[in-house]
Amino acid sequence: MSVPVLEMKGISKSFYGTQVLKNINLTVGKGEVHCLVGENGAGKSTLMNILFGMSVIVQTGGFEGSVLINGREVAFDSPRAAIDAGIGMVHQEFMLLPGFSVTENVKLNREITKPNLFSAVFGNKMETLNRKKMAQDTRTALDKLGMTIDEWVPVAGLPVGYLQFVEIAREIDKENLQLLVLDEPTAVLTESEAEQFLGVIQRLAQSGICILFITHRLDEVMAVADRITILKDGELVRSGPKEDFTISQIAELMVGRKIDTESRKKRTTRPNDEGAVVLQVRDLRVNMPGEALRGIDLDVFRGEILGIGGLAGHGKVGLANGIMGLYPSQGKVLYEGQEVPLNDTRAALKLGLAFVSEDRRGVGLVLEDSIANNIVLTSMQSQEKFLKPGLLKLKDEKKIMSHALESIDKFDIRCTGPEQIVRRLSGGNQQKVCLARAFTQEPKLLFVSEPTRGIDVGAKSRVLELIVELNEMGVTVVITSSELAELRSIADRIAIIYEGRLAGILPPDAPDVQYGLLMAGKSLEEVGSR
Amino acid sequence: MNQVKRLISRNAVPLLFGIVCLLGVYFAKMPGQFLLMEIVKRMARNSFLVLSLIIPVAAGMGLNFGIVLGALAGQIALILSTHWEWAGIGGLLLTALLATPLAVLFGFLAGMLLNKAKGREMITGMVMGFFANGLYQFVFLFLVGTVIPFDNPRLRISTSPGLRNTIDLSRIKGTLDGIWEVRYGFTKFPMVTFLVIAVLALAIWAFFRTKLGQEFRAVGQDRHIAGVSGINVDRNRILAIVISTVLAAWGQLIFLQNIGTLNTYNSHEQVGTFAIAALLIGGATVTKATIGQALMGTFLFHLLFAVSPNAGQTIFGSAQVGEYFRVFVAYGIIAISLALHAWQSKSLARASLEEDLSS
Repeated sequence: MSVPVLEMKGISKSFYGTQVLKNINLTVGKGEVHCLVGENGAGKSTLMNILFGMSVIVQTGGFEGSVLINGREVAFDSPRAAIDAGIGMVHQEFMLLPGFSVTENVKLNREITKPNLFSAVFGNKMETLNRKKMAQDTRTALDKLGMTIDEWVPVAGLPVGYLQFVEIAREIDKENLQLLVLDEPTAVLTESEAEQFLGVIQRLAQSGICILFITHRLDEVMAVADRITILKDGELVRSGPKEDFTISQIAELMVGRKIDTESRKKRTTRPNDEGAVVLQVRDLRVNMPGEALRGIDLDVFRGEILGIGGLAGHGKVGLANGIMGLYPSQGKVLYEGQEVPLNDTRAALKLGLAFVSEDRRGVGLVLEDSIANNIVLTSMQSQEKFLKPGLLKLKDEKKIMSHALESIDKFDIRCTGPEQIVRRLSGGNQQKVCLARAFTQEPKLLFVSEPTRGIDVGAKSRVLELIVELNEMGVTVVITSSELAELRSIADRIAIIYEGRLAGILPPDAPDVQYGLLMAGKSLEEVGSR
Repeated sequence: MNQVKRLISRNAVPLLFGIVCLLGVYFAKMPGQFLLMEIVKRMARNSFLVLSLIIPVAAGMGLNFGIVLGALAGQIALILSTHWEWAGIGGLLLTALLATPLAVLFGFLAGMLLNKAKGREMITGMVMGFFANGLYQFVFLFLVGTVIPFDNPRLRISTSPGLRNTIDLSRIKGTLDGIWEVRYGFTKFPMVTFLVIAVLALAIWAFFRTKLGQEFRAVGQDRHIAGVSGINVDRNRILAIVISTVLAAWGQLIFLQNIGTLNTYNSHEQVGTFAIAALLIGGATVTKATIGQALMGTFLFHLLFAVSPNAGQTIFGSAQVGEYFRVFVAYGIIAISLALHAWQSKSLARASLEEDLSS
């Protein structure tokens, strides 16, 4: 048996006490296409960061386990070392310089040079670029990929699909390339581009390069994979040859989780006047970098909790951010039959919409200010509450204090007092401050994004309980979360977003397979809704 | 039609100032011969300094307000060379040689500082210039003659500490310009100075065709991507500033050998702002500057400088107003160009957004 090109043995990693990878084993043989699938937060990126010796890993205390290349143990302390060892990576976000031509990008920092008078004196950095040779090499790489574009065309302005191929051209131009890591490369490609792309992958594999392919599109996995490894919550769920799996099995293994039926029972009242549409979203497009929405139609019923789910990068958090005017958007949004002006946060707030942002520390809170001020800030600004009457609009400190104390009590915020600086609070308590502020606005419709991200388990269930309590007081809630289990525990309906569009809406007790398939880009009909 | 529109909007700044210059020339009613002489003199003086700004722009560090440090290095070398009575073109070359290690040191320190202030290089560089000016004044206004024993009547007044306000540079005055001058009417073309400028322009052009130049450009476009592909970003940025500072030191020497006197405490003060204004008038931006833009900008800026006192005299009845006007113009240009640049990149972003959304 030949020695595998890559072997990762017993990899474990924790960030600040949270274990994100538990004893992962991964083996990739020569000429093999190995698909790595898993939900967001399953640990795929962390695993790749370890393989690449990224500084985030090194700076947070390294990892446990060992990495072997061709049977020899390696310890990469920088991406450079990994590249030198013959590992190439096509990142999810493009690593191309827009102002450079295709050739210049392909040959970036690997330029072919020729000596001149000055380089003899000042060293080889002063050697002149051999643009002709560079272009020849690039042409060869492009030809291998079946690309006809000119090698001197600037990268800026090329269609997105082409950029992906330029990235791969750069990697295969490296002579010592043994292992190519592709991180969700087809996410931005059109169908025909993706097809061409998969062809290229197979051709590369035949030429002896092994490929580690990270994707969410399960039909692609079935089309090209030799072996499949499924990660979930930092653990390896199953690994084996493609023949051992079916699409729906993979989907189920990817998202399957025990649903916490306990918390569902806590909801005493159900939405009474179901059917009354409170929010209508029509063809909403939101340009949120990395989470773009490309035209979505959605109705929110009065009194319900609507869950928004989907994998990262597909646009689920774009919805709330777009409607609340935090990112540029187009389309039509009707709230109680009244048009919500887009790109105007103030107007949205005035209409009675409230938003608890997923970016708690960036958008959600004024970190250096007190709990009290954070709680009243939005109401004070958009609804002119907590102000003394008069022209100067002075803050009514007394009112603010008493309201803050009340909120601290109601939301169970663990702090030294309303004057405490928000930065010093734990994540869970910060989130409670955000909720308290949203509640202070007395909203009729509340958007909550990733409410439990980065907070501990105890606080998690309390935050979810609070959301349910708010809902029971008559607030319609649209909750966005990467944790499907969480949505399924409190939501009445769950909309799954895929590639910026609505893939389908499922009841919380729908089987795992259906969720998995919707998240992987299958339509509701294919999923076979009951 | 669209192409014409794009051409105009891309060159809005040089066009605008071209028009202002033409108006200035019209109102100044200066004889052509005199105007030509002024322009040739000023181009020879200033082009080298303006060209020294190009490399940091390409390396993504914006407009290097820190060239003041280079000018200081040049002046320190010049003070020493005056003290040691170096003369002639040999003296000037020796001075340039002396200025180089100083400029390398200053550039290195500046580069280290700017690496701590990524994304805010321009304002940092500007304040750094003020700070360096303070140190320079402290040394030459106070320490020299008190702590540092220095007794040269050509440079000092014995009754008070510090150097003289103005230092006579007659030993090296015109040594570079005077090697070979071609006369045309009243105007003397300093051929060797222009040759030096041409060589520098050529060197910059060639530099961007080397490995190092390519690295600078990569760092300038995206530090993160350059870093991921193994380019040492911080080192390259320091190097870019060192090169710029050394060039500025030499540029200041060329400037001063033309003027012939050193205003010990003022000559360097506006080097940064004036060179940057000139570069911006040429149509350069914070992210892109070419040799052509540098030379064009130097021409327009100094044409405006040359005509504004007389234009002020005709229009406002006072040359003083013209004087004031040209300083106002220098700072105004920087403000307008930066605002135009911000506005252009914003409208570009908006255009690409609309494209994104409708796709």
